[in-house]
Parts: sequence; C-alpha cells; structure tokens
Amino acid sequence: MIINNMEPIISVRGLEARYGEKRILSDISFDIFAGQVTVILGPSGCGKTTLLKNMLRLHEPVKGSVKFWGEEVLQMDETSFNAVLRKVGMLFQGGALLNSISVMENVAIPLEQHTRLSRSVIERIIRVKLDLVGLHHAIHLLPSELSGGMRKRAGLARAMVMDPPILFCDEPSAGLDPLTSASLDELLLDLKKQLNMSIVIVTHELASIYRVADRVIFLDEGALIYEGTLDGARQAGIPTIDRFFEAGKYE
Amino acid sequence: MFTLHFENGILAVSGQLNRDNATQFQKSARLLTVKNTPNTLDLSGLEALDSAGVASIEELIAHFNPEDSQLKIIPASPDVEAVRNTFKSPVQIVDKPPQPNIFEKLGGNMEAWFQSMGEALVLCSELFYWSIVGIFDRKGQRKGSFGAQGLLLGYNALPVVALLSFIIGFILSLQSAAQLKNYGGNVFLPDLLAITLVREMAPLITAIIVAGRSGSAIASEIATMQVSEEIDALRMMAINPIRYVVVPKFHAITVVMPLLVVFSIAVGELGGFMIATSMLDLSLGTFVSRSVNIIKFKDIFISLTKSTVFAWLIVIIGAYNGFRVRGGAEGVGKATTASVVAAIFAIVIADALFSLLYLL
Repeated sequence: MIINNMEPIISVRGLEARYGEKRILSDISFDIFAGQVTVILGPSGCGKTTLLKNMLRLHEPVKGSVKFWGEEVLQMDETSFNAVLRKVGMLFQGGALLNSISVMENVAIPLEQHTRLSRSVIERIIRVKLDLVGLHHAIHLLPSELSGGMRKRAGLARAMVMDPPILFCDEPSAGLDPLTSASLDELLLDLKKQLNMSIVIVTHELASIYRVADRVIFLDEGALIYEGTLDGARQAGIPTIDRFFEAGKYE
Repeated sequence: MFTLHFENGILAVSGQLNRDNATQFQKSARLLTVKNTPNTLDLSGLEALDSAGVASIEELIAHFNPEDSQLKIIPASPDVEAVRNTFKSPVQIVDKPPQPNIFEKLGGNMEAWFQSMGEALVLCSELFYWSIVGIFDRKGQRKGSFGAQGLLLGYNALPVVALLSFIIGFILSLQSAAQLKNYGGNVFLPDLLAITLVREMAPLITAIIVAGRSGSAIASEIATMQVSEEIDALRMMAINPIRYVVVPKFHAITVVMPLLVVFSIAVGELGGFMIATSMLDLSLGTFVSRSVNIIKFKDIFISLTKSTVFAWLIVIIGAYNGFRVRGGAEGVGKATTASVVAAIFAIVIADALFSLLYLL
C-alpha cells in the first residue's frame, strides 16, 4: 500500500475513555501520519498508556472514533480487526513476553502464526531482530532470566519482527541506560527511514523525545492540550508544557 | 511480486521481496538453479525488501556459496541496500546450551530435593522459633494480624466446612444405615458415625478444605510478595519476613484448625442424625448418648493433635513454596499449585502415621 505522507494513517476523533465511573480521557482527537515518529507525552497519570490501549481496543472506549487507513476499527468484527492488528506492532511497558517459552520462541510467534516462511528464514529473521536490539546472546534464555531492560528489548524485537507499517511503543526507554536508550532510538529512526514505518511512542523521557519526535501529542489530565511539532510545542506558550520542558532540561 | 531470471550463470532478481512471497522466491530460485550453480547474484532490479526478503536472500547466498568464496553479488539501489544492510547485520550464532543426560538429570533432581528439604528445615526451625518468641513478644508482627488471619483462615472457611461436613455425615450414615438395617444393628449407627467423624473424617476433610482454600492463599500471598520485592523490602527495613508475614498465620491456624474440626464433627453428626431418625427410627436421646459414650478422651486428643499438625503442615508448605518462588506471575501460579498438592500429600501421609497411634 502506497500512502501519501500527508494522509493520516490513523485518525482519532472525540475519544472518551473511563475506568468504571472515572473518566480518564475526554474528547481526544488527533492524526498519525505515515513515516513519522509521533510521541505522546505528558505527566505521569495523564492517560498516555490508556490512550494507546483504547486506540488498539485493549480497552474499549466509551465513545469516539478510531480509524486505521480510513477504516473505523471500533465497530469492526474480530476477524477484520485481527487483519488490522497484523499490520501493527506493539511494545508493552514490561515487554509482555510469554514466560514459559524462550526469547527466540517469543519473537517467533507472529512469524509462525501469520506467515508461511520456512523455519530457516524465520530463525534468520529472529537472530537479526534480536541482534538489532542487542540481545543475540539471550536467544535461548527464558524471560525470567532477563533483566527488565532486556525483557523490553526482547519485546521490541517481537513487536518489529513482522516489519509492521505501524509500531506502537509504550515507554521504550524507561529503565534503560542512556547508551542502550540512544541506540534504541537510532534503531527506531532507521526503521522509520528504511521501511517508511510510522512509530507512535508513549514516553516522558525528554532526551528520547528530542532525538526521535517528528510530531508530539501532549496530554494533561486526560485532555489533549497540544498536537504538532516539538518546536511548536515549546513555543506554544502553554504553561503545563513549558513547566514539563523546564523541569526536564537538567536531565 | 518478484521475477527471477537465470542466464549465463547470472541469477537476476527484480521486483519486491517480502514475507508474503519470500518462501516462493526461495523455492523458485532453487528450482531454476538445480542444474547449474550461479556465479553471480544480480540484485540491481530489486525495488523493495523487508526483513523476510533479506533473510531469504541471505539463505540463498548461504545455499549457493557455503564457503563464502565464488558468488559475486551485484548490489541493489542504495535505498534497498540500506534495508538489506540493516537486516543482515552480522549475526553471532549462540548455540543452545547442552542438555543434561538422564544421569545428570537424576543427580540434579536429587541434589535439588536435598537442597529443598534443607531449606524447608531452616524455614521450620525459624518459624517455630519466632512463633514461640512471638507468643511473648508481639514486636515484629503487624498489629491485629492474628485476629485478621483468624477470620481469614477460620471464620471465612466455616460455610464450606459446614456444607461438606454435613454432606459427609449424611452420606456416611446413609451408606451405613443400609447395611446395619440388614443385620438389625440400627442402634450402632451413632457409634460408627462418631468414631469415623472424630478419628478420621472431620480432621481429614477439614484439613483438605483448609489446604485448598487457605494453603493456596498463603502460598500465593507470599509468592506475590516475593516477586514484587515486598519480602526484600521487609528485609531492608530490618524486619524478619517469617516473623512478620508467616507467624501470625501460624498462630491463627493453630487456634482455628481444632475449632474447625470440632465444628465439622458437630455438623457431621447433625447430617448423620437426620438419617438415623428418618431411616432407622433412632431417638435423639439414644443418638446423643451412644455418640458421646463411644468417644474416649484419647480419640479427641489424637483428633485435635493431628488437626494441629495438619494446620502446621499447611502453613509450612504454603510459606515454603511462596518464599522459593522465582519468575514473576507464572511462578506465583506454580507455587500455589505446588503448595496445595504437597500439602494434601503431606496431610494424607501424616494421617496414616497418626492412624498407627490408635493401635497403641
């Protein structure tokens, strides 16, 4: 599918999310464009992860619309939505690896389930992906034998093993040392450039935001307060955003 | 889509190679070159690649050129080569660690068994020490924890103990009444029921219910605390986790388990009484007097003693499995299952040993 960069590949309109009676997100509307890194940021507890989960129907929103490539996904049946999900990779905060199987088997799951590639090609892809995230030595280990950062990197290898057009990353750099974090950002930028991958990152790590963000979406207390470029955010004169960048500049 | 062309030793690939056609590409390339091995692989016509496409090309190169000697490669466009370079980064093959043979496994299991027995002994000694100290010195325990644990392990188990004990008493009497009636031994039903309930069924059934209900809760609570570093946090606050977490449960279950057994006997007798009056025409006075007269002090003493031992086994096994858990949420589930299975096994073995005491 050839997609014009100016056409949104994801459109969110009027999204509202609740946990029970508590409203977490209200009237969220924004677009995600192909081949860009979009960073969703904001203070802790502002609803960043909830937004991601609502876009991907891991949590059903109360109202609103989410379109992937122009198709409304909130009303889709499971089969159609699974077809959309096959074009999406997701890195969870803790990696979300299956504990009972090795790192290699974890990364192999999408390829084994959704392609007819030969075992040798699958193994080669897994080794390359694990090598890209610096985990070639951990290929036969169980998730319980990995550190938190390693689990996250293995989760990223699994998320990108299908070369999905869209990659969602929930706090990819949290808990990583600065060198690993920087190399992870480099990898995301390579993926964006070479595969025209759209990447949506939830983070509040300023160093990472400066490195990778093409566009930012700023949330505060469940509401969207800014959508646009990073420079635009810093010049918008919104007090919450100013305080956020001011507090983080000594990082 | 891709196209393959093989002429004069040159295998030319063009078009797009991705995960949807990579397998077909490999098959086609091998079929085309089954008679003659190519000396050149021309990738200049490639328009797009993904990681599966790159992997299939690398597989093909390895197939034609195992010694990394002769095959010449004409590169693709810079954009496509960039993708190829990203996804063919030098891969270090890490072999699977060698699997132990059967003797090594057997030895390893024996060693692990002895080690776990040692750990269980250490836990037991610490637990008994702190539970005795804890009677006189409540420091190091959460305030109100004894009462809370008593409610949790004892009071909350009352409905299920009552229901099962009633049914057991009812069934025992029903089965016995049918036989006793044939021999005119109606009057012996209370004796049979009282001895069975006091000596065997009430302590055993209560212990199995508590093992399933409270033993699993103890194991999962401690295991969750272990994987979420709460146990480490207690240690770092100079608080002994056994004293703080396990001793209140140990004290509570030591008190409530015999009470539950007495309760279970009473409810079981009630279930039996219903059959005795309805099927065997026994009066309340006969039922009660025969039941009370047949039970000796030794029966009650052994019954309550073994219920206490069962209670200790449940706490010790639950705590042991909880403390040794590794590996996150999956480990918690495993520890819980292991604690219930091991506790029921230990209870049955202990019950068999106690049965020998009746011979004395």
